[in-house]
Amino acid sequence: MNRLSELLGIKKLLVCDGAWGTMLQNKGLKPGECPELLNLTYPKLVKEIPEAYSKAGAELVKTNSFGGNKYRLSHYSLERKIFEINKTAAEISKDGVKDKALILGSIGPSGVILMMGDTSEEEMYETYSIQASALEAGGADALLIETFSDIQEAIIAIKAAKDNTNLEIISTFTFEKTIDGDFKTMMGYTPTQICEEVEKAGIGYIGTNCGNGFEAMAYIIKEFKEKSELPLVVNANAGLPTIRDKGIYYPETPEYVSSIISKLVEAGASIIGGCCGTTPQHINEIRRVIDIMRSKC
Amino acid sequence: MENILEKIALCVERGKVNKASLFPADLKGEEGADELTLKAINSGIHPSEILNAGLIEGMRRIGEKFRLNKAFVPDVLISAKAMNTAMIHIKPFFLSNEIKSKGKVLIGTVMGDLHDIGKNIVGMIIRGGGWEVIDVGVDVTPKKFVETARTEKPDAICLSALLTTTMLNMENIVTEIKGVFPKMPVLVGGAPLTMEYAKSINADFYSPDPQKALDFLNNIKHTK
Repeated sequence: MNRLSELLGIKKLLVCDGAWGTMLQNKGLKPGECPELLNLTYPKLVKEIPEAYSKAGAELVKTNSFGGNKYRLSHYSLERKIFEINKTAAEISKDGVKDKALILGSIGPSGVILMMGDTSEEEMYETYSIQASALEAGGADALLIETFSDIQEAIIAIKAAKDNTNLEIISTFTFEKTIDGDFKTMMGYTPTQICEEVEKAGIGYIGTNCGNGFEAMAYIIKEFKEKSELPLVVNANAGLPTIRDKGIYYPETPEYVSSIISKLVEAGASIIGGCCGTTPQHINEIRRVIDIMRSKC
Repeated sequence: MENILEKIALCVERGKVNKASLFPADLKGEEGADELTLKAINSGIHPSEILNAGLIEGMRRIGEKFRLNKAFVPDVLISAKAMNTAMIHIKPFFLSNEIKSKGKVLIGTVMGDLHDIGKNIVGMIIRGGGWEVIDVGVDVTPKKFVETARTEKPDAICLSALLTTTMLNMENIVTEIKGVFPKMPVLVGGAPLTMEYAKSINADFYSPDPQKALDFLNNIKHTK
């Protein structure tokens, strides 16, 4: 069942898809609405996203399940539907890509902080277990535990995924640049510390997502590369958003992003895709550049 | 006397809650903010001095470190825990009016946004600065901000948003608040915000970090 490592072994570099949240918003998701509920209410609308990314050349496509855990879903009184929402998320993506891409089941952070005592490790493990099993049941080929900032929470999510599925696990963290120029997560962890702690939990891939745009990711990946033997993953934002004409505008264009890809590969990344603000056009450009790089290998 | 207040400040800054707490490792077995605050009260130091030179000073230092990326979310959480534990001994003096809070602040994450870590951190730093903080939670409508402001009569209102999409809801909330309370200072913050955006929606202040928000609040109270 290691379809992801097989594919990476053959292709050497892989293209992941781009943003989901901003794509759903463009399709009419309103602030305050539960993005994951659309899997049950408007599956056809959700399916347009994996279709678009697969057509654009993404070889790995995510699922609409980022907030599919008890903590986030309970805000919409949907905590009893965790399994259904996540399973459907994987089915929709699988259906959308028509065997042209592998499905990465997206698992985002809980939004609660363990050390505050708002939840227990057991409770957190349980919700991630349900989510991971449901994504596997819906047809996910691997799990993408993404946008984490806390090592302890990531390890719980990874353990839940390992104990309850046979899927390979990708773990990506979100970093901010500090005043000193280092990159650290909101909880204060460096890529080095993350490698030391999280790799032991049994993941197949490590990396970074979200953040401040494509170029900064090269520095983070370099630090990962020094500490880790695992394949490295980058899913970057199209820069930091600004407001223009009362709308949100992400500054990094597909052309700009394509100019940065070789830097990311040189730094050590082998799976590259997008996060907030990226579109199928961005992914199309990334695929074009990766195809050129692969043809030279 | 100065020594014990400095020790209290250090315990808050480092997050040393009480004697039993194992963190930080180098202070293991020593008295924490809890015991030292009680000791200071029993030795006759005025509670307002313990609050200002000990507890608030400790929180100011961690807030400053947070601003400079020398401390992170867990550090602020543990400092706030040390302060809150010590505050149990100080609270009776608030109730008997021997000491007064600097003022009252209403804080909430705006409509459509469920993220509360940033809001909570800002709330902790402001509370740690001697203010009373009324937390109205996440996904807060303009109506709820206005209604709570009517009953609580705060000195300022703080709005938080993590997402670019929900940040756009701030404009409506600021307009509603200012419509009812034209002089109410409204502070805004959150990852995607900028000073420029804050100005464009008529907010009074944008703070890139919690400590600056506290400085702004202390300043408006001063000039009132």
